[in-house]
Order: sequence, then C-alpha cells, then structure tokens
Amino acid sequence: MSDRSPLALLSSRIQTWEGFLVCALLFIVLMNTVLSPQFMTLGNQINLFQLSIEKIIVALAMTFIIINAEIDLSVGSMMGLAACAFGYLFQAGIDPVLTIGIVLLIGVVGGAVNGFFITKIGLPSLVVTLATLIGFRGLARVLVEDRGVTDFPDWFDALGQQGLIGPIPFALIAFFILFLVLYVLLQRSGFGRQTYIIGTNREVAAFAGIDTGRHKMILFMMSGLVSAFAGLLYAARVGAVRGDVALGFELDIITMVLLGGVSIFGGSGTLVGTLLAILIVLNLRNGMALLNITGHIQTGVIGILLISSVLLPRVNLAALLGRETKGEAGS
Amino acid sequence: MMRALSNLNPQTLRILALLLVLTLVILFFSTQISNYLNGRLFNRISSSVAIMALIATAQTLVILTRNIDLSVGSVVGFTAFATGSLIASLPDLHPLLLVAFSMAFGACFGAFNGLIVAYARVPAIIVTLATMALFRSLLVEFADGKSITSSQLPQWLTSFPNTPLFELGQFQFRAAFVVAVVIVLIVHFALQHLRVARKLYAIGSNPEAADMAGINQKATVFVAFVCAGALAGLAGFMFLARFGNITVVAGLGFELKSVAAAVVGGVNIFGGSGTVFGALIGAVLVDLIETSLVRWPLVSEFWREAVLGTLILTAVALDAVVMRRLVAIRAAKHHEKREEAAK
Repeated sequence: MSDRSPLALLSSRIQTWEGFLVCALLFIVLMNTVLSPQFMTLGNQINLFQLSIEKIIVALAMTFIIINAEIDLSVGSMMGLAACAFGYLFQAGIDPVLTIGIVLLIGVVGGAVNGFFITKIGLPSLVVTLATLIGFRGLARVLVEDRGVTDFPDWFDALGQQGLIGPIPFALIAFFILFLVLYVLLQRSGFGRQTYIIGTNREVAAFAGIDTGRHKMILFMMSGLVSAFAGLLYAARVGAVRGDVALGFELDIITMVLLGGVSIFGGSGTLVGTLLAILIVLNLRNGMALLNITGHIQTGVIGILLISSVLLPRVNLAALLGRETKGEAGS
Repeated sequence: MMRALSNLNPQTLRILALLLVLTLVILFFSTQISNYLNGRLFNRISSSVAIMALIATAQTLVILTRNIDLSVGSVVGFTAFATGSLIASLPDLHPLLLVAFSMAFGACFGAFNGLIVAYARVPAIIVTLATMALFRSLLVEFADGKSITSSQLPQWLTSFPNTPLFELGQFQFRAAFVVAVVIVLIVHFALQHLRVARKLYAIGSNPEAADMAGINQKATVFVAFVCAGALAGLAGFMFLARFGNITVVAGLGFELKSVAAAVVGGVNIFGGSGTVFGALIGAVLVDLIETSLVRWPLVSEFWREAVLGTLILTAVALDAVVMRRLVAIRAAKHHEKREEAAK
C-alpha cells in the first residue's frame, strides 16, 4: 500500500467526505463565477458571509452538540431572546457595554437550563430544547412585545454593518477566530476527544471516568453563549430588533452541520466538514440569488442536497464494496 | 398512594393524570376569567383542536416507530392548497372524492418520506428536515404567486367545519371536531387492539426483538409514514375548510406544535410507548392554555409562549420523574413477591 501513485492518493482523498465537499464547493464556485460576473467581487464575497453570519457562527457550536449525540433546537429562539434582551435593556437606559455582558450571561443561563433538564432530569435533548424553543421565544416576545427597538448607538451599528479591518466586518473576523478556537478545542484537545467518545457511547465514556453530565452541561452552555453572541451580531447588523428575530434559524443551522458529514447519531464528523458545508450552502444560495432564484426554491435545493448527502455515500460505498469483492474473487 | 397507583397500567395512569391536569387548568382559569366556562370556550377550542388532533395523531404514529416527521406542516399546507385549487377548478366534485384526494395527496408525501427512511435507511430527522423545505418550495413553485381565497370555494366546504352535528346543553359538537375525534378514537383502538398496528410499538420499543419476531421493519415504518401522510392530508382538508384563505405559508410551524402535543400527551420521543388518545389530550391541553392565557387579564398576551414552554418542560420532567419512581416501586413489589414465594 506504500507505493501508491499520487493519483491514487488523490482519489482516496476525494473519497473521504471532506474531499467530496471540497470538490462540490469548487464546482459551485466555478459555476457561480462563470454564470454571474458579479460573483467574484470582494463586495459580493463579503456580502455572501454577512447575510448568514449569525447562522454560521451558531453552526460551529451545533457541531459539538450533534457530535455529542444531542441536539439543540432552541438556538434560534436564544438568538431572538438575546437580540430582544439587548433592545429591552438598551431602551431601559443601561450602559450598552454592560448590556452586552448581561445578554451573554442570559445565553449561558439559558444553555444551563437546557443542560439541567437533559443531564440532571435525564430528558431527551430533542424534547427539552423543543420546549425551550417555545419558551425562549416567548420571553423574547415578553421583552419587546409587538414593538421594534431601534436607534442603537452608532458604534454598535457600525460594528455590525461596516468593515472593521478594511472592508471585512467584525462578525466575519469573529467567525474565523471562533472557528480556530473551536477547531483546536474539538480536534486537538482532550475535551474534544471526550466530546467524540461520549457521542459514540455514553456508557463507555462514563466507565472510562468521564463526567458525561458535566461535559454535556458545558456544551449546552457554550451553545447558549454562542447563540446569544450571534443574536447580538444580528441586532448590530440589522440595527433593529423585533420579537421574531432569527425565527426558524435552528433548522438551517442543523442542516449545515448535517451536510458537513456530522452523524445525527453522534460520534463522528469534523469542524472542517461543517465549515465546508457552510461555504457550500452560502455559495449555492448566493449563486442562485444572483440568478434571481427565490429564497423558497433555494431552501428546497438545500433540502435535496441534505438528503443526497446522506444517500450518496451509501450508494457509492455499496458499489465500491461490490467491485472489491469481485476483484478478490478474480485473483 | 404511589403504591396504589403503581397497580395501574402506565398508559391508563398517564391519561388519567392528563385529564386531571386538564380539569385543574379549566378550574384555575374559571376562577380567574369571568364568564370563562361556557359553550363558546368549548366551541373555540374544539374547532382549532380538530386540525391539530389529526396532525398530532399523524406525528404519534411516526414517533412510535422511533422516527419523527418534521415535514407535516409542509404536507398540511401543500394539501390544503392543492385541494383548494382542485375544488376551485372542479366545483361539482363530490365531497367524498375531494376528501379522498386530500388523503391520497398527503399519503404520497408520506410515501416519499417513508421510502427514504425505511428503505434507504436515512435517519428520519434528516429526511423530514429536508422534505419540510423541499415540499414547501414545491408548494411555492406550484402556487406561482397566487393564493386560494374562500370565494373560490363552494359553500358546502366552508360551512362544513362549523355545522353543529348535535348539541349537549351549551356545547355544540361541530362536524370537524366530531370527525377528528372519531378518527383519533379509531386509530387509538386500532393501535391498542389490532395485531398489525401493535407492530409499531414492537419496533419502537425494541427493533432487534421485533426483527427476530419476524416483523418486517421496513414495511411497517413505511406504512407508518404513509398513514401519517394521509392523516396530515386530511388535516390539510380541514385547514382549507376552516380558513378558506390559503397562502404558501399555510401550516408553517405545525411540525413542532404536533411534536409538542404528542410529547405532552405522554408519547415517548424515543418510540415504543404512548397513545394517540394521549396525544389528543395533549393537543387540547396546549390549545386550552394558549387560548386561556390570551384572555387572562393578569398577564399580558405576550407571556403565552413563555408560559407554554415552561409548562411543556414541567409536564415532561414530572412525567419522567414520576414514571421512574413507579417503575422502581413495581420492581420492589415484584421482588417482594418472589421473596415470599421462595419462603
């Protein structure tokens, strides 16, 4: 096996899920460049990220949760709650910097509520976060009722809307920093290994001396914190908040993570896979938008992509196995 | 008291507990809201529950087999729209044919989900997450910017849900509600007593054991999805009849509401236990609380969702804790009996 030709090495590389995603991404970028002349401009490239920046930030935290064999449906509502809490506290005249701190704390507490019911009471995360999806959204509506809050300080709006380093906005920089930090945490640290082990088999992890409850608690608090941060970014980018901020975002976020090859049963997937899936979804949506394809159709295409992302590798694998056994029989 | 309760079947116990909670909620609000307990409350709740009960039943069938259907909302919306367009272009179509059409239409979507889940073995949460988006975008494409208005619909259809079939004092039993309850009861008794339907429980509680018992898992899961689709289709018909005006966002968010109703009704999200009748009471409870909170002067109507989320969480947590204790007590009793027998 050591004397493999570079070509064979390349083809084995492509056969991994990440390799496949890279190929798909290159294809989409190529198509976009050919079909729309505006695509490869700096403005459009930044815009492509900016329009979904909150979702892709939360997708990074969601990767941990799903690898851990749990799910967090409450992220969209937490983003809404964070944005509305910011609007409410800001209107109450509290210092914006202090407000940001309080809002991030709300995220951690909200995540801890999820974590409490999942780890201490032992309820399935699907049920708990479904209830908090309704509950957090409810709190957001209580805070702003049917008003919209706007007129945030100029520096806050500027942070969301203008470039921080050249044309690159704060949120995009935050996304890449967060990606690097979480990459090290998941792929290069003991904590990350534990995330995988617990996701593969919780009992075995517990027997190996891992405090699985504490680990899950930390992950849900992280998910709440990241969602609250994303909610603040939303408030800054749009410059106004309402009760329905980030409504339904959870499904888009989960779609991105699953498309990235993270198993819904936990234990496998990588943060790089999630990043590639994010890039694919963003480029695909942007390309379709440039060709005047409506949002609903875009969502449908992403849906097809999601199913085929699970179906295709299976078909491929079966065909490959068939060929290999035939080859052995021949020799 | 716990010991006495542990003699009851857990399913029966759950339904009794739900009915108790339902009564307490009604009593509580009747002390808070003047003129609360009257026929109008019943009529209001029963009309909206007619739709959600069917969707919660559909969801329960799927959840029992350890799956989930997140596409029900899109199926309800699409069926309502398609049924509306059909009757608008063929106003003389026989009502029963129209109902059959809506159920068959929904069943097709269910079959699509079921094929991929059962035969291609893709997890249901992924498949239905994708088809939720896919069916909705097909609806947008199909609708082509138009919407269905009640003026396009025949008189019999729009008046059907509100036709009182019979009255008990102040309580009007309207057609849509009666039909929904009858269907829920039929499905309930089928699930409890028919051998074919018990397979859903077998697969949900232990897939390997079900396999060894000779149950065809793939076919059973497929059929569960098809039935769920047909029920969602019927719910789409009811939705069309009740609201008359259908746009492309019809049924948005029903998927999570139906899961909530089923879970509050005691259906185990990991499959294998729970009843359709429980899901019906769950749907009634959720709807009752939503409607009553709006009328409760003490809290603003914006508290509705926050309270609802808290209640769902409390209900499920209590259920888990109580059930665990009951199981422990049962095990202890069983142990005692064996000890005695040994003596």
